[in-house]
Amino acid sequence: MPVWVRIVLVLCTTWPLAACAGRQSTLDPQGLQSEQILHTLFIFLGVAAIVWIAVVIVLALGMLRRKRLADQPLDLHQAFEERTGRVIIGLGVATTVIVLGLSFVSYAGQRIVFAKGENALTLKIIGHQWWWEVRYEDDSPHRSFVTANEIRIPTGQPVKVELESADVVHSFWVPSLTGKMDLITGQKNELQFTAKNAGVYRGQCAEFCGLQHAHMAFAVIALPPDEFGRWRDRENQSANSPADQLGKQGEALFRARGCALCHNISGTLAGGQLGPDLTHIGSRTTITAGTLPNTPATLGAWIADPQHIKPGNLMPKMPLQSGELIAILHYLEQLK
Amino acid sequence: MSMAAEPNELRDDVLNGLQLSTQLEKVWRTPSGLVGALMSVDHKVVGRRYIVTAFAFLLLGGILAILMRVQLAGPEKTFLSADKYNQIFTMHGSTMMFLFAVPVMEAFAVYLVPLMVGTRNIAFPRLNAFSYWMFLFGGCFLWISFLFNAGPDVGWFSYVPLSSLQFTPTKRADVWAQMITFTEVAALAVAVEIVVTVFKLRAPGMTLDRIPLFVWAMLVTSFLVMFAMPSIMVASTSLILDRLVNTRFYDSSSGGHPLLWQHLFWFFGHPEVYIIFIPGTGMVSAILATFVRRPVIGYPIVILSLIATGFLSFGLWVHHMFVTGLPQLGAGLFTASSMLIAVPSGLQIFCWLATLWDGRPVYRTPLLFVIGFVVIFVLGGLSGVMVASVPIDTQVHDTYFIVAHFHYVLIGGAVFPLVGAVYYWFPKIAGRMLSERLGRWNFWLAFIGFNVAFFPMHILGLIGMPRRVYTYTADMDWAHLNLLSSGGALIFALSFALLLVNVIYSLRKGELAGDNPWNASTLEWATSSPPPPQNFDRIPVVKHRDPLWADSESLPVVAGLSAERREILLTSLAEAEPQIREASPEPSIWPLLAAIATTVFFIGSIFTPWAVLWGTPPMAVTLIGWFWPAGSKEDEE
Repeated sequence: MPVWVRIVLVLCTTWPLAACAGRQSTLDPQGLQSEQILHTLFIFLGVAAIVWIAVVIVLALGMLRRKRLADQPLDLHQAFEERTGRVIIGLGVATTVIVLGLSFVSYAGQRIVFAKGENALTLKIIGHQWWWEVRYEDDSPHRSFVTANEIRIPTGQPVKVELESADVVHSFWVPSLTGKMDLITGQKNELQFTAKNAGVYRGQCAEFCGLQHAHMAFAVIALPPDEFGRWRDRENQSANSPADQLGKQGEALFRARGCALCHNISGTLAGGQLGPDLTHIGSRTTITAGTLPNTPATLGAWIADPQHIKPGNLMPKMPLQSGELIAILHYLEQLK
Repeated sequence: MSMAAEPNELRDDVLNGLQLSTQLEKVWRTPSGLVGALMSVDHKVVGRRYIVTAFAFLLLGGILAILMRVQLAGPEKTFLSADKYNQIFTMHGSTMMFLFAVPVMEAFAVYLVPLMVGTRNIAFPRLNAFSYWMFLFGGCFLWISFLFNAGPDVGWFSYVPLSSLQFTPTKRADVWAQMITFTEVAALAVAVEIVVTVFKLRAPGMTLDRIPLFVWAMLVTSFLVMFAMPSIMVASTSLILDRLVNTRFYDSSSGGHPLLWQHLFWFFGHPEVYIIFIPGTGMVSAILATFVRRPVIGYPIVILSLIATGFLSFGLWVHHMFVTGLPQLGAGLFTASSMLIAVPSGLQIFCWLATLWDGRPVYRTPLLFVIGFVVIFVLGGLSGVMVASVPIDTQVHDTYFIVAHFHYVLIGGAVFPLVGAVYYWFPKIAGRMLSERLGRWNFWLAFIGFNVAFFPMHILGLIGMPRRVYTYTADMDWAHLNLLSSGGALIFALSFALLLVNVIYSLRKGELAGDNPWNASTLEWATSSPPPPQNFDRIPVVKHRDPLWADSESLPVVAGLSAERREILLTSLAEAEPQIREASPEPSIWPLLAAIATTVFFIGSIFTPWAVLWGTPPMAVTLIGWFWPAGSKEDEE
């Protein structure tokens, strides 16, 4: 990054109105692609700023300069008109040169952003109204697993996401890592990015997808490669068996009260495919597609009445006694 | 100029000024009474209705904008539910694009173009009346549906499969799609009228290179309408077919594809922006020449730029689809084509700057709005160059950066010139001046309010705020800028309230305008304010691009037109040489009845395909009534 870009970024991040270094920001690049895009963006911004300021200055000078006095609108000087016409054509040619130059700058940036990396980690992401299904696929089936709304990746290694939709058009966007790509019904799209630094990067659906489009977020958690490896091994395992009586009761209720019709918990009899996979729900940082932090209180409130927190989502309110709710909650908390 | 007289017909050359005026007024006036008003085919009456209706929809769309800004002023507000918010942003976009921006520009053309080219009425005046009724009924259909909680909620772009029967089982998407049909019929009708009016009804001597720039702009716009609108009509009709009779245009599981919708929609949707913007440039050229007291420099450059913009606008729809997974090289080419449109737009800006540079500006309200236009529109154009770049677009697409960009382009490029045009032409239409004092307040509130409302949205988009979200959480750092933006929106809304007050006040108390209060150069100022039903007692002959500046004493005129029936003069396309005298239609109730029959047909057809069958005979009856020969002299020849 050139120095002046850094200066602008520092100014941005210290500007009290807009904390540009939020967790979901084009101006806070943490990946190879987002850095390149910001670079291109600043070149365009610089050219645009110069042109705009020049136009406003010419406008102001044109208004301020001393004018001829007589009101004879058709008293024109042919030589002046022709000279001005030539200047205008010249400026038109200059505009053409500038936009063609910018087109090349843009295409050069595009080539870098969309370049295919070697040895990429491949994920499949399927958009649902209104959550994200994340499939870690491997040639050997026992190394494949499914999770939701939280994508862990290793730093420094290219990640290839294959994007599909189960219903309507969604758009996958993690601005701190790269630009967006749509998930389109009946089409397979692909996006590659590489995280440079470890951290939690928020993403959000960027194509209007219905009632709860606003509540369709997710997190990309970039981990150092060895830590990612350990996480992946843990995630490959089936769900923990409940350790205590209350937990066992919760597991039974999870099936008896209908939760298992939609949710899968690997290694148990719960095998529903409609909702997010809950095999390791206890280890996730957020619930309901990045809407709430994952705490016993929020998870309990969510199960008790999902329609209050996210009206219109597909999870129905199940009639549960308070004791039953506590048992299910206790069970889910253990699914680390 | 005089033409061979036929016996026994009262011609304008045998009457003196006052007699002729009275006689023509009797022939051309709209019949009195309610039924008479409904029969009117006078382009000024229809144009006025069109303008007022379009501004009423602006008011409604503006109220929706304020509701959205209240909801977004802080995080997790519950002022609007998700369902209401989604209906409201869909209604805001649809109302502003289909019921305000395009119709209001065509409305000004309906009123002004016949006056500016020096004829007595628009071409196909009954079609014009029909167009207005279709627009009115379509707009009311949408808004009544909304008030009954059946307003569309799938965005003004109505992407499939969200708008398909599976994901929108209610009638909401059909209401949207059929409203499109209404407004497109209306828009296409006006486009045809404008093209024919400009090509065939110009005053003798108004050669192609003497046509006022506003008329040129409306001519180019009308061609854009004719080529762009069919695409959206195909798209919305096939959407209705998918929903009503299970065709599979957009169903990927049966060989259709959702991206087909996006291509068809944006093949219309991008020229749509220029359909709104090009009339704005025409208004700027008209206002600028009058208030800097000299013709616009580079008349041929401006016209070639308008035409080039028109052509290029059809070659860049794909930049709305950069993140749909298109081939990279193809997307890159659309980057270049999108940016190239900056060239003709830039040329026009340079011409206006040069005109201002050499001119002697008189700072009245219309000119203030033109200056505001330059400052805002250039910024919006430059952010447009940014979003034309594929890599940049992958970040800012569908964020508030885009919301900021297109409001800068559309409000800056079209609404500022439009409000300037209201101040400029109100004296002609109403016969009274708008208050200059209120006008200055109006301008400064609009300029400041607009920038405070929309500039922060650029930053919001860059710091990650997507469009079309009904709320956001407190930890997203978006609250301050959103609050600022909402405050700006209120100021901006206030400026329009002031415009409304100014119009209502000035209609009664405004200073009388006289024929040509601004000492302007084009033909609409050569008649009284407001103009008489016949527009001109004698059709002027044009010998100069700025006729009222060149012949400031009195214009040469045509003699020999009938004074006892509605007659207009057709002229040749390029040189505007007189060709033939032609009858112009009398007032008729049939356009209204035809519009009612069409409305029943359109609305019925979103409920049952049988409406297509049973709806046709009433339409046929009204059209037969409409075209029934009146037994005029011309018909018998």
